[in-house]
Amino acid sequence: MLNPILLDGPKFQITIHRLCRQLIENHNDFSNSVIIGIQPRGIYLAKRIAEELRKILPDSTILHGDLDITFYRDDFRRREQLIPNQTRIDFVMEGKKVILMDDVLWTGRTIRAAMDALMAFGRPEKIEFLTLVDRRYSRHIPVAADYTGIEVDSIASQKVVVSWKETDGEDKIVLLSDR
Amino acid sequence: MALSTRHLLGIKDLTPADIQLIFETADNFKSVLNRPIKKVPSLRDVTIANIFFENSTRTRLSFELAEKRLSADVVNFAASSSSVSKGETLIDTVNNILAMKVDMVVMRHPYAGAGVFLSKHVKAQIVNAGDGAHEHPTQALLDAFSIRERYGDVAGKKVVIVGDILHSRVALSNILCLKMLGAEVMVCGPTTLIPKYITSLGVKVEHNLIKALNWCDVANMLRIQLERQDIKYFPSLREYTMLYGLNKQILDGLDKEITVMHPGPINRGVEITTDVADSKQSIILDQVENGVAIRMAVLFLLAGQTD
Repeated sequence: MLNPILLDGPKFQITIHRLCRQLIENHNDFSNSVIIGIQPRGIYLAKRIAEELRKILPDSTILHGDLDITFYRDDFRRREQLIPNQTRIDFVMEGKKVILMDDVLWTGRTIRAAMDALMAFGRPEKIEFLTLVDRRYSRHIPVAADYTGIEVDSIASQKVVVSWKETDGEDKIVLLSDR
Repeated sequence: MALSTRHLLGIKDLTPADIQLIFETADNFKSVLNRPIKKVPSLRDVTIANIFFENSTRTRLSFELAEKRLSADVVNFAASSSSVSKGETLIDTVNNILAMKVDMVVMRHPYAGAGVFLSKHVKAQIVNAGDGAHEHPTQALLDAFSIRERYGDVAGKKVVIVGDILHSRVALSNILCLKMLGAEVMVCGPTTLIPKYITSLGVKVEHNLIKALNWCDVANMLRIQLERQDIKYFPSLREYTMLYGLNKQILDGLDKEITVMHPGPINRGVEITTDVADSKQSIILDQVENGVAIRMAVLFLLAGQTD
């Protein structure tokens, strides 16, 4: 069976653009908002969205950083060794509206850990969550995204993989099945 | 990727890849320690016993802080105020502590090999916090980490360890760690305090302090361990200071600017003067700061291993 492509080419670009416009609706010129990508795969989404926003809003300063959540995960000592990635946040988040970004929302455990990790940097005014792919009906904890690229129905044994032009050569979202 | 060892008993058991992994993890913890909230929940279901059969201020505080910042539960045990003085054996003492559901043991002991012995007889993971004149692995790791922080890399750096090499576990662990990372190592001190076969570890030996300092990039000044010296190894402390003490005049007279380290506790005015210890060339307090991050990394990586 061929692994179906869920999104690629111009439609991928349109989805990114739509997410940017939705963000602008709520955050105006981003003077009080910051973008945080969740390590390891959310950082590419955050970077792409920040770049697009800079093109749309050339006069605004779009702050964006990367957040590693390894130390806050709930499966430490329950799976193979977790190795931390870099956290790169060179601005103050206290009092800011923070938009967390990750490529895929699945069980919701990552975003829970990310909210914990975020709070260690001070008290943001508000936290929102943006995901490129929402794997519906698979949540382990009650969380939902504020902005969603596409919604996908999938089963637990399947995997959703997002590739990026910058690192993987092509923008696309693929649904991988076991066989 | 994971550590190649279940316990941290000595630098001897580590590979260069292990040390790199510890350093990279410590980088992350160092950034955690600079956040408004310095605590992470990783080890919230881990209980650690700090068992100290020998006095310690820095190492014990550093381990305890590292454990608490990882959210572990901590019990402290000092041999001087315990049933050890009533004649209990090491295995009995530790097994009694483990019966209270302790996952890891951080131990300092006056006898070399105590950690290795314990690791063979009890179930918990053991971290050696200094065993006799044998090894003190976390000190060596934090020293090398501090050199890496100062110079970007340890490989190719020239490090001289000055003082009581014979009685020093810091010296042995440092030599093993620095050599493994590709540094050049020299030891310097009076003939009586340099072990006879030390050159078999691939280190240079120098008895003239000025020559040694002019050769090196980093000088690690050790304390004279009078409490371990059962006989006289040199005529007087004053003479030792005159020949092997580092003062500002010597430091300023060198051809280049070197970095000064000290594992503590400092005997000010003996191996190092106050103006050197507090100079901008000294990274003594950086070493202490890095100690917490290194110990967090070691505990995190050991605790993260699944059976």
